[in-house]
Amino acid sequence: MCACRCGIRVHVDEQDGRSAVRYIEGNPQHPLNKGVICAKGASGIMKQNSPARLTRPLRRKAGAERGAGEFEPISWEEAYATLAARLAAIRRMDPKKFALFTGRDQMQALTGLFARQFGTPNYAAHGGFCSVNMAAGMIYTIGGSFWEFGGPDLERARLFVMFGTAEDHHSNPLKVAIAKFKRDGGRFISVNPVRTGYSAIADEWVPIRPGTDGALLLALVREMIEQGLYDRDFVARYSNGGQLVIADPASPRHGLLATDEGADPVNPLYPQDKLWWDRHSGRAVLSHTPGADPSLFGDYRLADGTRVRPAFQLLADRVRPHTPEWAEAITGIPAATIRRLAHEMGVTARDEKIELPIAWTDCWGTEHQTVTGNPVAFHAMRGLAAHSNGFHTVRTLAILMSLLGTIDRPGGFRHKAPFPRAIPPSAKTPTGPEGVQPDTPLAGLALGWPGSPEDLFVDAEGGPVRIDKGFSWEYPLSVHGLMHNVITNAWRGDPYRLDTLMIFMANMAWNSTMNTGEVRRMLNDRVEEGEQRGEYRIPFIVVCDAFQSEMTAFADLVLPDTTYLERHDVMSILDRPISEFDGPMDSVRVPVVPPSGECRPFQEVLIELGSRLKLPAFANPDGSRKYRDYPDFIVRHETEPGSGIGFLAGWRGADGAKSLRGEPNPEQWQRYAENNCVFKHELDPSYCYMRNWNRGYMEWAQRARLRRWGDPILVHLYSEVLQRFRLAAQGKWPGRRPPPALAGRVATYFDPLPFYYAPLEDQFTDKAKYPLAAITQRPMAMYHSWDSQNAWLRQIHTHNYLFVNPRTAAASGIGDGAWMKVESQWGSVRCMSRYSEAVEPGTVWTWNAIGKSPGAWALAPDANEFTRGFILNPVISDTLPGGTSNSDPVTGQAGWYDVKVRISPA
Amino acid sequence: MNPAWSVVLFTTLAGAGQGLYLALFAAQAGGRLLQAGMAIALALLGAGLLASFFHLGHPERAWRAAAMWRTSWLSREVIVLPAFMALVLAYGLMPGMALGALGAVACVALFVCTGMIYACLPFLQEWRTPLTIVNFTLLGCASGLTAAAALAAWLEPALARPFAQAALVVGALAYLGRIASLARNARLRPKSTLATAIGVKHPRIRQIAQGAMGGSFNTREFFHGRPREVVRAARWTLLALVFPAPAALVLAGPGSAPLLAAAFLLQYAGLLAERWYFFAEAKHPQNLYYQSIA
Amino acid sequence: MTTKQLALVIDLNVCVGCHACVTSCKGWNNAGEAGPLTDQNPYGADPSGTFFNRVQTFEVGEFPKTETVHFPKSCLHCEDPPCVPVCPTGASYKRAEDGIVLVDYDKCIGCKYCSWACPYGAREIDESQKVMKKCTLCVDRIYDQKLPEAERKPACVLACPTSARLFGDIHDPESEASRAIREQGGYALMPEWGTQPANHYLPRRKTEKHLHADELVRHDNPLKVDGKLPRPDAGEPALDDVTSW
Ligand SMILES: Nc1nc2c(c(=O)[nH]1)N[C@H]1C(S)=C(S)[C@@H](COP(=O)(O)OP(=O)(O)OC[C@H]3O[C@@H](n4cnc5c(=O)[nH]c(N)nc54)[C@H](O)[C@@H]3O)O[C@H]1N2
Ligand SMILES: Nc1nc2c(c(=O)[nH]1)N[C@H]1C(S)=C(S)[C@@H](COP(=O)(O)OP(=O)(O)OC[C@H]3O[C@@H](n4cnc5c(=O)[nH]c(N)nc54)[C@H](O)[C@@H]3O)O[C@H]1N2
Ligand code: SF4
Ligand code: SF4
Ligand code: SF4
Ligand code: SF4
Ligand code: SF4
Ligand SMILES: [Mo]
Repeated sequence: MCACRCGIRVHVDEQDGRSAVRYIEGNPQHPLNKGVICAKGASGIMKQNSPARLTRPLRRKAGAERGAGEFEPISWEEAYATLAARLAAIRRMDPKKFALFTGRDQMQALTGLFARQFGTPNYAAHGGFCSVNMAAGMIYTIGGSFWEFGGPDLERARLFVMFGTAEDHHSNPLKVAIAKFKRDGGRFISVNPVRTGYSAIADEWVPIRPGTDGALLLALVREMIEQGLYDRDFVARYSNGGQLVIADPASPRHGLLATDEGADPVNPLYPQDKLWWDRHSGRAVLSHTPGADPSLFGDYRLADGTRVRPAFQLLADRVRPHTPEWAEAITGIPAATIRRLAHEMGVTARDEKIELPIAWTDCWGTEHQTVTGNPVAFHAMRGLAAHSNGFHTVRTLAILMSLLGTIDRPGGFRHKAPFPRAIPPSAKTPTGPEGVQPDTPLAGLALGWPGSPEDLFVDAEGGPVRIDKGFSWEYPLSVHGLMHNVITNAWRGDPYRLDTLMIFMANMAWNSTMNTGEVRRMLNDRVEEGEQRGEYRIPFIVVCDAFQSEMTAFADLVLPDTTYLERHDVMSILDRPISEFDGPMDSVRVPVVPPSGECRPFQEVLIELGSRLKLPAFANPDGSRKYRDYPDFIVRHETEPGSGIGFLAGWRGADGAKSLRGEPNPEQWQRYAENNCVFKHELDPSYCYMRNWNRGYMEWAQRARLRRWGDPILVHLYSEVLQRFRLAAQGKWPGRRPPPALAGRVATYFDPLPFYYAPLEDQFTDKAKYPLAAITQRPMAMYHSWDSQNAWLRQIHTHNYLFVNPRTAAASGIGDGAWMKVESQWGSVRCMSRYSEAVEPGTVWTWNAIGKSPGAWALAPDANEFTRGFILNPVISDTLPGGTSNSDPVTGQAGWYDVKVRISPA
Repeated sequence: MNPAWSVVLFTTLAGAGQGLYLALFAAQAGGRLLQAGMAIALALLGAGLLASFFHLGHPERAWRAAAMWRTSWLSREVIVLPAFMALVLAYGLMPGMALGALGAVACVALFVCTGMIYACLPFLQEWRTPLTIVNFTLLGCASGLTAAAALAAWLEPALARPFAQAALVVGALAYLGRIASLARNARLRPKSTLATAIGVKHPRIRQIAQGAMGGSFNTREFFHGRPREVVRAARWTLLALVFPAPAALVLAGPGSAPLLAAAFLLQYAGLLAERWYFFAEAKHPQNLYYQSIA
Repeated sequence: MTTKQLALVIDLNVCVGCHACVTSCKGWNNAGEAGPLTDQNPYGADPSGTFFNRVQTFEVGEFPKTETVHFPKSCLHCEDPPCVPVCPTGASYKRAEDGIVLVDYDKCIGCKYCSWACPYGAREIDESQKVMKKCTLCVDRIYDQKLPEAERKPACVLACPTSARLFGDIHDPESEASRAIREQGGYALMPEWGTQPANHYLPRRKTEKHLHADELVRHDNPLKVDGKLPRPDAGEPALDDVTSW
């Protein structure tokens, strides 16, 4: 398996008894990429042989400054001994003083388990700064999301609308699908400030001002409702649009869904006791009462006099003022275009319906002879997510998709196992500081899905327990953590200081941090007074990387990782598997060449440390080591003793005959190796659609232990979860309430209905001074920062330009190719301009992470990456005036693409 | 194109050698003048040949280049050049009408081959004209005549004046020919455009990226990469030195060896500029694909 | 026009400019018979090296009517290849049996003349080996009986995620490549030079949707179910008020 998820075949030469990579190609038998590959994957040999590889454990030389990159090699035993002693001491005192944050890896199941076992809440992967808005906005609305979790069914779609995507995670399958879709005559529309990559081949490009998609989507939803282009049957039955919302501002239950007190909730965690106003009988009935049909509009009174309105009515009221003309002023897209787009979507969904002869039964027992599809598919990524208003934007998109009746249906959006999940999913963090105890595993997961204020991870005053302030009132639904806050918070000692920060596979001293210059200073900053005077503010930094990145230079201890060609790995169902629409799939990576130098897989490091620290999951009751190595761990580890659930779902059971659940199988790795390293469970066709409400699927998923509950997952057009937080902020919630300073913020942003607000940074920006939006995009032929050590790829992108619309550039007196300055209120960088007609005039952009810091990546001192390349991160702030993070107030998603700049010749 | 010094030197040195041969043969010179002249012609041709080897990636395989004389003007040149050199040597040792005439034929053939190497490429429109052969020939002859005049002024003064006069006449013709080709080329409209290069019909097409940022063979070989001023300077140099300046010296001292020698050197310098400009001026259509990086 | 002419047909309608074909080509040929394809300054200033295939980007038109065109380019295996007759050594040749234009590296003297004779810039000298190189149509793959039939295709074709690269015999009217050229407007680059490139390009093709007014006014409008469609207003004047029959 290649660096991320595609299957590859590696041709190896045996030379002088050593094996060396000769050639890498896509694996035609692999279900994901079916033989195709990308530019990076096909250049794997040059990563493997890169001079920037780390090959020995390194310790910062005594007296050398952090960042200077002066190290001395040490033995692994010394590295382990140092680390184990340090970590054991922390664990005994206060486990939260150890933080483990990981980057672009795919092994959160293991790293998360290690952190939890250690007992620290301070664990997360990169999701918080990456695309948590995409995950949270959709999962809190439809119980699933894009990328690994679900996607557009381009096999059957007729219209495909893509928002803000340049490349994405499953880029090869997406490319395969888009090309096929286009060949089949489908119509492809791309909404993006920039026309590159995928957008280049769109039938229509809709340029939009960054950060304004929420307004566009609200106007589309409005048109859809005003014109009656929504799928009423779908909305009524499969969303909460027909459920009644209490409309009594004086009531502590205002804005919550009205319930039938006497009804059987079925599952108290996700109670099914909501009410409809049955339009046939003209009275309130339990929702999904057979024979009833909810009114979507109206204003009613329950028997006890409570005023109620269908959620759909509230949505319609909310969007009514959001006319296309209103959106035009915000987005820059002509109103006529917005109307036409809405009509195209609605008419295509309505008139080009698909009926598949697949019988299925819904959760309320109704049998359906066919599966219906409304062939309008969407996809979106960081163009929506990476804004501080992204949660609501993404939620609006999910609502639009639902109104069109396209959720888990042919030609629309489809889930990938283990999705759909309950709204919200049941995983939870501890709820207070008592969940963190010395020498004890964490009393919950480090990351979870809050459903109400009671689920927050806060202390008695409402203050954060996590170093990144995740799950606090500042970012209540920060379901992926806030990795971008860790260094700044630890440096400030807000909420407290750390002892040891371990970073795995993330370049936090360069491209995955906002405000890069400051962060590099913080990493190297010392305490000025008191007992610890002279000590680093972040006392000990451990970095595990495979290459000499900017980050490794700041480490006290560097652990040289293997490359993806040298180690075992799993894409586990417990993490982000490679499932497709028609069933769960997971896969493994097996080493094809031996480790270079003294490299060791980070997985082995965790198993070793877990064993030395005697963490319960890694040690036998007598304290002895439980697992020989990582492959052994993968085979024998079970989520709970005897659960039959492990990291890998395939070939379980003593003889390998079981799948998904079953006793450990010592031969499991061999079975995978014999089967292209992939396990696939193909679902019965009747379980492949409408899964949110599909009784057969739910029962199967429960048996397979993919899900604990089998309740239907209604689309949350109206989010009761958000309303609970709002009530708390308004002082009406019976339980936890935010600290007064945050009450206004929570009340504003926890709106149960989607709304548009300008990104937070705009509120602090003089737009006359900084009129332009600055964004980045991923180049298809580079993976963030770490392909500059690849001799082939860096010939394609060896430095970068700032792309500027010629009119915008000329107005500032900047010539094509000229040196220029791009400046925000937070900082400035020098770069070269490149005129482009493919960018909206109010936007400037560049390729992400091409520029490098001198000294890194084993490049010569005059390499173009240093002399002409640049990154935009130094002009992006991690903190807004007032001290809150530059993040979405709901999810904590980093607002990368909110920065406003001005440009001038330089 | 990016002028390669090896080729600039080769064509100018060999051209002068060829012109010298033709001059001495036409004048039926003999004795010391002939011997010295043939020696110098050989030396010029040899130096040119040597220079041309620097153009090759594998000079040790140069012998293979004779293989494709049926189709390749370069191959033909590779055959004619040594043949001509042999004839020059033979004529210098055993002057005779028949041998000399054979040499003259080979000499003209060599001019044609060299010129055709450039003139046969259809899409290098600047070169795709009979003027290329005419100019190579006339410029070679003019420089050869000037060299012959200088040599004669030293070894056989009686012939100096006629050589000088001929040098003026041929030089003037060559100058006119070169000016004609400059004028022609200035009016050329490139047949290939970005629209035909990528096959998209639109008047506004711009390249953004060429797929390689650190340069490639294509950016090094087909474009000189010099600022416009350098190219303009080369043109003025060639216009001044190819004829007017040496002609003035010739007129000033039609029998003076030092002045004639200076005239030759000036003219040769002019030819270097001329040949550099000849290459630099040619716009290879492949450059349409190599205009911008990003 | 009877013998075989193998070629690539590149579909600009789906090429997203991902460069997979670029590095797959480099990877295969670097390891194969054409290799190694050397690089200069691989970790220094202005890195550069030999590639047989490059993907370029062009912009057509002005904002907002801009088209971004990703444009892969390798040797076009011209039917009348100007690069071949000029080669003095015969190192450059066009194979009679399948029309592939190749360079025999053992014969090549590195005079670069063939590259001057190619209007497309499709040839690149290998700066270390000093011989001319270019796309071989993966001649060391496409006939390799050891490979399964489906994989006897050029590396770039197998790599391309959008299958923007079709490979086949354009003299066989039934081949996928010929059909694509015929039916989807396949064209040649710089036809003005008569080189008759065997490789063809397929143009952008737009799918449009035309809406009719009556598609928005429908009896099955769901708003009706909820009583939301505008009802006739009894208060407004009507014929009833002004006429008697
Ligand atoms: N080749 C390659 N592939 C990668 C990566 C890589 O580095 N290289 N990184 C991986 C990772 S970590 C991630 S998170 C994914 C990200 O995959 P993408 O989400 O595709 O990543 P971005 O490059 O951030 O693309 C964002 C797109 O949104 C547009 N955009 C920016 N602001 C707005 C806006 O306000 N509205 C709209 N409509 N569009 C906007 C940008 O122009 C750009 O086209 O890619 C993954 N895949
Ligand atoms: N301006 C701007 N900044 C951004 C973004 C943006 O769009 N614009 N995008 C953000 C997003 S979404 C993301 S996900 C981040 C990504 O940012 P990072 O997570 O920092 O991503 P990389 O640059 O890929 O760095 C990962 C590190 O992993 C190392 N590495 C590679 N392979 C291995 C391996 O096998 N083992 C180990 N141990 N290490 C390895 C690399 O050498 C590198 O140092 O960037 C963020 N930063
Ligand atoms: S997208 Fe590219 S780099 Fe990532 S796994 Fe697939 S082939 Fe490898
Ligand atoms: S594209 Fe160029 S190198 Fe290839 S055959 Fe045609 S002329 Fe020759
Ligand atoms: S470079 Fe090689 S292939 Fe090209 S013309 Fe010269 S000898 Fe022939
Ligand atoms: S056919 Fe082979 S040699 Fe030619 S571009 Fe494709 S991969 Fe490269
Ligand atoms: S691999 Fe395919 S899509 Fe990618 S650049 Fe090449 S031709 Fe285009
Ligand atoms: Mo990301």
